Amino acid sequence: MKKILLLFLLSPCVVMAQNDLLGELEKSSEKETEYTFATFKGTRLGNGHTVETKNAGSLEFIFGHRFGAINGGVYEMFGLDQAYVRLGLDYGITDRLSVSIGRNSTDKTMDGYLKYKLLRQQSGVKNFPLTVTALGGLAYKLSPKNNSDVSADFENIDRLSYTGQLLIARKFTPNFSLQLMPTIVHKNIVESYEENNQVALGLGGRIKVTRSLALTSEYYFNFNAPDNDLLLEDQRQYDSFTLGIDIETGGHVFQLLLTNAIGLTERAFITETRDDFFGGDIHLGFNVTRTFQLKKNK
Amino acid sequence: MKLKTFILIFAAGIVCTGHAQQRFFAEKPVITFFSDGVVEDISARNEKVTSIFDAINGEIAYLMSVKDFQFSNKLMQVHFNEKYMESEKFPKASFQGKISGFNYTAGGKQQVKATGKLTIHGVTKTVEIPGTIEVTGSTLSMQSKFVIRLEDYNIKVPQIVWQNIAQQVEVSLNFLYRPL
Repeated sequence: MKKILLLFLLSPCVVMAQNDLLGELEKSSEKETEYTFATFKGTRLGNGHTVETKNAGSLEFIFGHRFGAINGGVYEMFGLDQAYVRLGLDYGITDRLSVSIGRNSTDKTMDGYLKYKLLRQQSGVKNFPLTVTALGGLAYKLSPKNNSDVSADFENIDRLSYTGQLLIARKFTPNFSLQLMPTIVHKNIVESYEENNQVALGLGGRIKVTRSLALTSEYYFNFNAPDNDLLLEDQRQYDSFTLGIDIETGGHVFQLLLTNAIGLTERAFITETRDDFFGGDIHLGFNVTRTFQLKKNK
Repeated sequence: MKLKTFILIFAAGIVCTGHAQQRFFAEKPVITFFSDGVVEDISARNEKVTSIFDAINGEIAYLMSVKDFQFSNKLMQVHFNEKYMESEKFPKASFQGKISGFNYTAGGKQQVKATGKLTIHGVTKTVEIPGTIEVTGSTLSMQSKFVIRLEDYNIKVPQIVWQNIAQQVEVSLNFLYRPL
């Protein structure tokens, strides 16, 4: 009895001696807003963009390459004889604002983008379920070489097209992200069967398989696509679809793709994809990126 | 019998009050780590560590968010969090233990040893960490350097970038404590 009493009396001391300092730290640690990071591995999902922007002071070199169609057969070495290339640079002005320039061999196109992360997915003090990035782009076709080759009243301004896009993504789990891309492409001049303004909705996502490898897919549905039944075969337009694998190694991201699009500007892949993925016109492609940290962060 | 009980209570009281505490809270805590890879050195700095140290009984704890490690290369920081530390799954790193060999009243700079549980990447290991504590006026300056083997904490480095990342990391700890 006495022993029990002694134990009981001494128990506050025992408790005190077992100070849980770590527990106290955990309790006192302020709840902070956690921004979701790495919703996607790169700034491109397949042909189009992701919500990701470059961090301040980092420069990314992107080499985008699409081969010819696999169903070209042995004569075309299953598409490997042809190449459509985009060389581009993306630079982070701030952590949320990026600028990008590029040159695409498809239609000899020069392009430029501004990309701004409007809203960031976050949890903690404040919760927000989505990351929203706005993208504005210009694309200027350098082909054909002379305006007079097109028509007598064709002007330089007619070579220009514009893209406005909202990229809306959510990282549901560390391994699963989904993105919606409402898009408008305006072309200054179009074929008679086409519309100047074309509205599209993209849907894409990624599933991480291992820490360095992810499966991706991207699909753009064009609401203003012309009716293919009324068109000749080389005028027909199909929605662009991409299946890909992201492989990440340090400063590089390799993206291996299967797609029906060969152009790497929105005008080209959303409104001028002439190949039918589900008809077998599949192109092997890849994007290779290398990031350089130009400005050191403090 | 009553007297005995009284003595017991009295004794207990003494034991309790005798258990005095001199608590210190880290004011400018910095944890850095460094790893020399073949291709590039990797280093990062965390200035948002919290720590409490009890100078009398030697108990110490520190806690940090893994995401608060700042790299000069931001892409490296993303990889560090996403691939290696899996910060979404294991957001915190901590240490809880006891420092031996420290005598607060003696003052001056003293060689000490901390023994306790280090938790990184969800793995807890009992470790012994050497360091020094210097008493200057009312403040304590604690410094320590130790090596962590990534393998011990189940931090896997993919083969393909293996040459870029050393298998061990040198951690430096620099805490300035003030009385709570």
